[in-house]
Amino acid sequence: MSLTLEQVRRVAHLARLDISEAEAQTTLGHLNGIFTLIEAMQAVDTKGIEPMAHAQDVAQRLREDRVSEENRREAFQAVAPETEAGLYLVPKVIE
Amino acid sequence: MNQWEVVIGIETHAQLSTRSKIFSGASTAFGAAPNTQACAVDLALPGVLPVLNRGAVECAIKFGLAIGAEVAPKSVFARKNYFYPDLPKGYQISQFELPVVVGGNLAIQVGQGDKAYEKSVRLTRAHLEEDAGKSLHEDFHGKSGIDLNRAGTPLLEIVTEPDMASSAEAVAYARALHALVRWIGICDGNMQEGSFRCDANVSVRRPGQPLGTRREIKNLNSFRFLQQAIDYEIQWQINEIEEGRKIQQATVLFDPETGETRVMRTKEDAHDYRYFPDPDLLPLVISRDWVERTRAGMPELPEAKKQRFIADYGLSAYDATTLTASLEVADFYEATVAVAGKAAAKPCANWVMVDLAARLNKDERELADSPVAAAQLGGLVARIADNTISNNIAKKVFEALWNGEGSSADEIIEKQGLKQITDSGAIEKLIDEVLAANAAMVAEFKAGKEKAFNALVGQAMKATKGKANPQQVNELLKQKLS
Repeated sequence: MSLTLEQVRRVAHLARLDISEAEAQTTLGHLNGIFTLIEAMQAVDTKGIEPMAHAQDVAQRLREDRVSEENRREAFQAVAPETEAGLYLVPKVIE
Repeated sequence: MNQWEVVIGIETHAQLSTRSKIFSGASTAFGAAPNTQACAVDLALPGVLPVLNRGAVECAIKFGLAIGAEVAPKSVFARKNYFYPDLPKGYQISQFELPVVVGGNLAIQVGQGDKAYEKSVRLTRAHLEEDAGKSLHEDFHGKSGIDLNRAGTPLLEIVTEPDMASSAEAVAYARALHALVRWIGICDGNMQEGSFRCDANVSVRRPGQPLGTRREIKNLNSFRFLQQAIDYEIQWQINEIEEGRKIQQATVLFDPETGETRVMRTKEDAHDYRYFPDPDLLPLVISRDWVERTRAGMPELPEAKKQRFIADYGLSAYDATTLTASLEVADFYEATVAVAGKAAAKPCANWVMVDLAARLNKDERELADSPVAAAQLGGLVARIADNTISNNIAKKVFEALWNGEGSSADEIIEKQGLKQITDSGAIEKLIDEVLAANAAMVAEFKAGKEKAFNALVGQAMKATKGKANPQQVNELLKQKLS
């Protein structure tokens, strides 16, 4: 399995990465290299082995349902580019 | 409509009633000033890590048990990737391939009275995820304002199979689900605040044909809108097909102002979410033991309670369903019966479902604020049952209880002298007087006019100020006139 240049452009767009034609070419090479590795791994017979969702075979730790965070809006908004009336302002987006 | 079949599936987002967020310790309280409940994790500041809230998981377990589903011993959180300013991480943490709840069923009652029927809706899955923040598009001189208080609020997304065949069934399902999540205490069900919102997948087809192309109506936050949106959508799709056009798969929004649905996005520009397991979170493991402990702490479920009401109180399926529509109603009813006695279970049902419900409705009050408590209503029904008062007088006593004219039915009956006259000698005397005073009516009756009899009963009841037992008056009158 190998990627096409078109697929690379699409993935870049989905990730909101602005890549040049040259970068797309380079990335295609890198990604296809990774796919070669994956193909090599897929040659291993994994029948009957339960897939893992995480590299470590441990379970999620849970926290108690307790409010532990206080309001720190002022500190957080001090580094925001623009705020008004307690809101973060961003370029207008309407779907 | 006969030659078209409607197929509806519903996805519901129920906001879970936890104190803190699903992956952070920020508060979930509604209505706080913007961004005062958005902590570093909710803002996705660099280096933060999510830690799962045990309370949210427990809500999911309760839901799974309530619908007879499998609570997955192991489920996995995944990243759903998309860009929007109210989602600071650039992905929503959700569950994809391995959700926490799999399968299950929900019994629904559709329609009312004779036309009512029951149906079971199959559930596909329910999974845990975080809510996004809120975007405000007005008043910020060409910019959007972002409030992240809601970001990270725990949601349970509940997905059905395409089992509903009309807007009525869809609404019945949504109502049953709404009642259930409130019943088991996992969601406050406040639809205005967005705690319970539905998406409806609607398609139509000719009977026997494969499923039609569906359109998804997003974010319906009232039962009325759900009904209106689906009805409009069904008609729209039928018209399109009948005029020879094909339905394009799309996501649509319902506009309550116009009562129409309009396209938000089509399949071509559908999102490509590129789900993958979130490396920041380990698999969620739920032990059998935890499930059983949760089960032990759950209230009796609506369906079980309904069956018990039918078996123990001799109620009809319809009455039992109505009385188990919410835990509040069911508890109120049982508290009423506890005072009135099991023998009066049926009249208690009528008083709660009809008289009390109508009175609450008139004053636009909720059962929780009823001026007449269950024990007071039970006391009232007990006095009807033992013939101390008639049904008609009981309505007077009820009104008096409602207005706080006394603390119990007994007190009001005593104070206002409403005790029923059962002494037949006294009633006979009154009837004789009525007959004497209404000779014309008596003559009419004897001439074969049946109506005159009812008029005489009316006169007699009036003479007793309603305090006589109507049946007794009826019988005595019949005797006297025969």
